[in-house]
Amino acid sequence: MSTGYITLIVLGLCGLGFFLGRARALATSKATGKKLHSLPNYYGQAVALFTAVPALLLMLAWLFLQPLMIEGRVAGMIPDSVIPEGGAKSLVMADVRRIADGLDALMVAGHMSESDLDAMRADFTDIRNRLGNVGVALGSDVPVPVFEAAKELRKSQNAGNFLMTLAVLGLSLGLLAWSWSRVHPDQRARNASETFVLALLIGASLVAILTTAGIVASLLFETINFFKMYPASDFFFSTVWNPQFRGGSDLGILPLLWGTLYVSFLALLVAVPLGLMIAIYLAEYASKPLRAFAKPAIEVLAGIPTIVYGLFALITVGPFLRDYIASPLGLGSSSSSVLTAGLVMGIMLIPFVSSLSDDIINAVPQSMRDGSYGLGATKSETIKQVILPAALPGVVGAILLAASRAIGETMIVVMGAGAAAKLGLNPFEAMTTITVKIVSQLTGDTEFASPETLVAFALGLTLFVFTLGLNVLALVIVRKYREQYE
Amino acid sequence: MTDLTSSDAVPAPRKGSLLTQDARTKQRNAKEARFRMMGLIAVTIGVLSLVGLLTSILASGLSSFQQTYVELEVYLDPAKLDKKGERNLTDIAKVSTFGYAPLIEAAMISAIERTGVTSDVANAKAAGELISKEAPATLRDFVLANPDLIGETVQFDLLAAGRIDGFFKGRVTMESAALDRNVSPEQLQLAQQLKEAGILTTKFNWAFFTAPDASDTRPEAAGLGVAIIGSAYMMLIVLVLSLPLGVAASIYLEEFAPKNRWTDLIEVNISNLAAVPSIVFGILGLAIFINMVGLPQSAPVVGGLVLTLMTLPTIIIATRAALKSVPPSIRDAALGVGASKMQAIFHHVLPLAMPGILTGAIIGLAQALGETAPLLLIGMVAFVREYPAGPPEGFFDPAAALPVQVYNWTQRGDPAFVERASGAIIVLLVFLVIMNIAAILLRRRFERRW
Repeated sequence: MSTGYITLIVLGLCGLGFFLGRARALATSKATGKKLHSLPNYYGQAVALFTAVPALLLMLAWLFLQPLMIEGRVAGMIPDSVIPEGGAKSLVMADVRRIADGLDALMVAGHMSESDLDAMRADFTDIRNRLGNVGVALGSDVPVPVFEAAKELRKSQNAGNFLMTLAVLGLSLGLLAWSWSRVHPDQRARNASETFVLALLIGASLVAILTTAGIVASLLFETINFFKMYPASDFFFSTVWNPQFRGGSDLGILPLLWGTLYVSFLALLVAVPLGLMIAIYLAEYASKPLRAFAKPAIEVLAGIPTIVYGLFALITVGPFLRDYIASPLGLGSSSSSVLTAGLVMGIMLIPFVSSLSDDIINAVPQSMRDGSYGLGATKSETIKQVILPAALPGVVGAILLAASRAIGETMIVVMGAGAAAKLGLNPFEAMTTITVKIVSQLTGDTEFASPETLVAFALGLTLFVFTLGLNVLALVIVRKYREQYE
Repeated sequence: MTDLTSSDAVPAPRKGSLLTQDARTKQRNAKEARFRMMGLIAVTIGVLSLVGLLTSILASGLSSFQQTYVELEVYLDPAKLDKKGERNLTDIAKVSTFGYAPLIEAAMISAIERTGVTSDVANAKAAGELISKEAPATLRDFVLANPDLIGETVQFDLLAAGRIDGFFKGRVTMESAALDRNVSPEQLQLAQQLKEAGILTTKFNWAFFTAPDASDTRPEAAGLGVAIIGSAYMMLIVLVLSLPLGVAASIYLEEFAPKNRWTDLIEVNISNLAAVPSIVFGILGLAIFINMVGLPQSAPVVGGLVLTLMTLPTIIIATRAALKSVPPSIRDAALGVGASKMQAIFHHVLPLAMPGILTGAIIGLAQALGETAPLLLIGMVAFVREYPAGPPEGFFDPAAALPVQVYNWTQRGDPAFVERASGAIIVLLVFLVIMNIAAILLRRRFERRW
């Protein structure tokens, strides 16, 4: 039975439980003449929660764990002899999975029955043709162990799904019966269901922790695998990035790191002065109507998806810089360049700098301005010598946050900066960044056994550590140096 | 006493009139004006870049909503389509699209003759090239759906070839055609004459919203149908998962959590998650949902889960702000008349905070809708021509997503795809504008000041 139907049945049982629990509470109260401890709905709610939640959680856990256990066992069935030269076990496993799906499709189409399958041997019947008929194309003929593994995979999946259906529905019904039998006028139904709800709330807040744990675990795990295959010193200190999908690649992070920092630096060079001046002007000088128009207009820039900026870089800024600046000056002929990506990313970052700084400048108390004016300072002198120093920690925090955005930004550099890993100074040349290489190493057919793919996880971990460091630094600076005004 | 008299820093007493500025004051005032000017310039640059961004996208994308069609009367020749004459569907289906191309070429030639246009275009094949390579497939689908019409003459609106379409939109010129292997200036002249004769027409491009993606050589047939469905599925998953989870987490953190290290850890965690680069979430999706759990690649369910995790911090932060803005007197009043804490929150605080929560949710959804990078890693870049099935099975079918489709099109060779990509961006932006306006209206309509 599919998970969708199981969910629907459990939800149906949950609704049923609500009415049964409520009805029983009212009935027993009437029969015994005792007053109910809680409102009748709470008896229903308690039964409903016990019916639905543990069963659904069990199903979720089962869906996560079953593939892990079955695939581990099936993968053990495949002898090394069937793994092709230079290939990997994961590719054979992909075949196994596709054959298993194809067999299912054959069953559904009615070309074959379970007993046929049991009698079927890969060396006798032409599996490839029959699977081809239901739309599963195989590259070569199927070796016997692979076919046996596929049969086993199918069998255990079906058995697993059957067991799951049984377990989930059993648990749901069992808890329904148990909690229904406990309904009694003296039962503290409200307290029970409120404790249950509180547990659910706590569980929801743990999702954030789980996500972080998932990120760190998946990055660390594969990075360790990568460093088993590729020396860490080469990764961190080599200046050559040259992946070869036949092995023997150079995977030095330095050119990528350089590209990332160069693009981010240019972006900040655009965003920080502009953003800061915008914040100052809007907070100190602008008339009300101008502020009411300009502030949202600039914040719209933050809401535009990065793919739009990427397209802007690709079709407008890149060709413009190439045709009017780079080519006439003889500096380069590529439309994707560090400057293109930096400029467009700078525009994207303007609102990050300006709105945060705006808030901080507005938080500086009026009395400090008045004091400065009273001493005869002009408005700009007040801003430069009184307000900015007071707002400095917040502004630095805003800049660091913008920097972390810039380092982690993907689409603009993918479409605007190019793909050549280079260590150079010319901003009109195409260079590449960490995020671009993560995308290019992980898109398409990925095979999780080669260092060329796994390097993406090491790059991801580097990126994660970098941005996390910047965020924490920003947080610390803001917390430590923030002026407290009474 | 002595400090005052001996200091050079104290300017000499003013000699001139108060009404004329001395040099230093003039300099200071000039500096003030310059500073102010710089601020104004910065604001102008900021607003101009927004305008430039939007006009550049609109300028290159608006034309994708128009499409050139060829109105042809095609004779569905039984001698070619159904040689046995039995109208047996399996026999008809044996004729591939190659069998339909001559019919279209013949129809084109007769249409040219009927209008009396004289042309230098050498042969029937070259005239047929004015029509998209997608047209035989359209014709074949039509015949398979209506086999009774074989032997009759049917009126069709067929797509014009991408280059011809580009000619009327100004992308292809006579000069570029001279260098182009796919189209010749003579063909363009013929197209121009046919347009004047009314055989080529330009219409609103509905297929852009409904058709699936098309291969590299036929940009004129590429549409957003699959991508819109894929994005809609993902948004549905994100909404269903992230709103309850986010609201539940915020209620716990804002109302119940004791002030201790554990709560602090969760809070720091959430604010950090909000700043993790989106591509890292893609790596998480690839490693956990696809490799570990074995969910299919390019499926909306994986995209939805990844985007849920990304949106969660946004929703949590917005919800906490909304809960915080409900005054404590509401809680106190509820508790005072005997409600439990849970009742006070679910019956009173939460409904009052709902507009703020929904606003946050819509903004989170809008962010998720435009997100591209994580979807690239979980295989949403695949070329998908089949529409996914209806939910819930469709959540596991391969699909595209709007922003990824844009990226996909920019990676193709034919410049006509740039127009399509910009058009897709406009569609995406329209969706975002609608969502944001909904959020603003919601806030205006229901926001309460306490």
